[in-house]
Amino acid sequence: MWRRCLLSGMAVWLAAATPASAFIAYVSNEKSNTVSVIDTDKWTVTNTIKVGQRPRGIEFTRNGKFVLVAVGDDDKIELIDTATQQVVDSLPSGPDPELFTQDAAGKLLYVANENDNTVTVVDLENRVRVGDIQVGVEPEGMALSPDGKILINTSETTNMAHFIDTATRQIVANVLVDARPRFAEFKRDNSEVWVSSEIGGTVSIIDPVKRTITGKINFSIPGLRSEAIQPVGISITKDGKTGFVALGPANRVAVVDATTHAVTKYLLVGQRVWHMAFTPDEKYLLVTNGVSNDVSVIDVSAQKVIKTIQVGELPWGITFAQP
Amino acid sequence: MIRRLVGIIGLSVVASHALAADPVEIGVGYLGQAGINSKLSLVEQPSENDGIAGARLAIEDNNTTGKFLNQRFTLEEVRVRDGEDVAKAATALAGRNGFIIADLPADALLKAADALRGSKTVLLNAGSIDDRLREQDCRANVIHVAPTRSMLADALAQYLVWKQWKRWLLVVGSHEADKLYADALRRAAARFGAKIVGERVFEDTGGARRTDSGVTLIQRQMPVFTQQAPAYDVLVAADESEVFASYLPYRTWDARPVAGSAGLVPTSWDAAQDQWGAIQMQNRFIKLNSRRMTARDMQAWTAARMVGEATSRTNSGDPKSVFDFLKSPDFSVAAFKGQRLTLRDWNLQLRQPILLVDGRMVVSVSPQEGFLHQHSELDTLGVDRPETKCKLN
Repeated sequence: MWRRCLLSGMAVWLAAATPASAFIAYVSNEKSNTVSVIDTDKWTVTNTIKVGQRPRGIEFTRNGKFVLVAVGDDDKIELIDTATQQVVDSLPSGPDPELFTQDAAGKLLYVANENDNTVTVVDLENRVRVGDIQVGVEPEGMALSPDGKILINTSETTNMAHFIDTATRQIVANVLVDARPRFAEFKRDNSEVWVSSEIGGTVSIIDPVKRTITGKINFSIPGLRSEAIQPVGISITKDGKTGFVALGPANRVAVVDATTHAVTKYLLVGQRVWHMAFTPDEKYLLVTNGVSNDVSVIDVSAQKVIKTIQVGELPWGITFAQP
Repeated sequence: MIRRLVGIIGLSVVASHALAADPVEIGVGYLGQAGINSKLSLVEQPSENDGIAGARLAIEDNNTTGKFLNQRFTLEEVRVRDGEDVAKAATALAGRNGFIIADLPADALLKAADALRGSKTVLLNAGSIDDRLREQDCRANVIHVAPTRSMLADALAQYLVWKQWKRWLLVVGSHEADKLYADALRRAAARFGAKIVGERVFEDTGGARRTDSGVTLIQRQMPVFTQQAPAYDVLVAADESEVFASYLPYRTWDARPVAGSAGLVPTSWDAAQDQWGAIQMQNRFIKLNSRRMTARDMQAWTAARMVGEATSRTNSGDPKSVFDFLKSPDFSVAAFKGQRLTLRDWNLQLRQPILLVDGRMVVSVSPQEGFLHQHSELDTLGVDRPETKCKLN
């Protein structure tokens, strides 16, 4: 109680004291059942919010009023009110929601339900479930094409990227990728979608129009056994020129020339790096380190790790409020 | 049940995708023995469908994937009774299936393998842990999904050495399998720097595993059996025959932990494994079979998934193309063990991490950190390429 008073008091004080240029990141801590709030001006945790069990996928709503966090072991998605930084409501989902994505208008949420081989469609306004789409075994990665017409879902044991027409909610194509695909990310110009394969150890580059694999990013780190290279989270800069790929227990983030798809650098971060998010000005990239319980801050233009921030136990997902 | 499900999936494919061609049928056989081997602990008593229940789940998983690729998997179970001809059963099953998951003792497996020599059908050994099947008695038409005794022993030894429990009191049962396990444990101790300071044999004098005044008697026997031992750190028991090992924990004369066939047990899988996305599969398994998943279930799941993985990659149901792919360096399979599993090309043994479990929790996973290898750390477990006696073909 005392701690909560102190923390929320601090949050209010910090909110008042921080200059307008600061950004706020929310980090889900899979083990401690909390969400850490990070202020990028001071690079510190300003609040720790208690949420449901096993929080993983996390994203701001388009209007910035809420943070959505999938609490898989409670079979729902919780809404954190960003004004009070408290859980205020929850959304229905299928069993064990993990990752999700929302449409540009912020009206529909597409949720991957790992336990059920389905993608659930949730109406964000009315907070009700409006549809289900049958996909492969253990759906995980979710991404919407920039025009919103195609939803990509990756299924971890089926090893596919399913292309779903958002108008008809039917699968229109399936692209076989390497083992255990975990994350999908589009380039802003819709020229490519990248899919990471955790066990396969690659990132597949898929042409979203032809729906075929046009290339693969391979990783090789001297002195490290190849089984430890397990690509998970992906971020690509808005200009589509540079990609970043989290390599899990390889404890590194690969910097990729997004035109040639060659790895140009490996940045040493914390242990078992999972997911990542750019600050809205794209100056920094924050990555979650699952085993070392911290977040690494990467200076995007310098391509250097400049800071480490201690968060809760087993940090997993991260999201930024858009200004 | 499975057949009905397959039928429903088949129908939905035709209805929703209006595919012109009939799906490619991929037949998987399951060749096991009738009856079960009893365990000392009632809670560990295997069910009648131990093993095949895992294959059933994998066939469902394969069919979920298969509906996107126009492939349909079927599973056909055959059990041989004592005295029945396993070669005949294998040949009949191979007539209808390109792949057979075998859950057989070593000699029966060899009979089946030799009967199928020259046929297209591939055997996947999901039951036998005998090293000789991967060494002097290896066969070119058998893939080994089950780990070997030496892999299990090495996995345990690495952990005990890491824990600095290097002085072992080895207690061995009087049956052949117990002696083989003891051999593997002695080899592991020598490889990783543990010392066997004393050895005892627990003679199986027969008798029932369950009696009404069992505990009283065991409480008198076990402390006496383990007294006057040289100074040791851990008691390692080799009792695959389920005669005595589970009686040892908490009853040793000296206050020492027990490992091997009881206490801390090396295994390919455990119902408590929840890392690396395993929880989803454990849930799927419980939903399908109304019980928890065992190591034998997992070995059969992995075998059927390997077939599914290779058929989806090759886009073919032809056993030869699939087998060629399984043997190629491009093959790997994800099986909730935190890294990809691949085949050792010199004896077709699946490389895999080994769990160390105590019956309630996963205590650790081997290979342990620091045990290095020039090719794959998974090859620190079991007989490695330079030592192999296997000559395929």
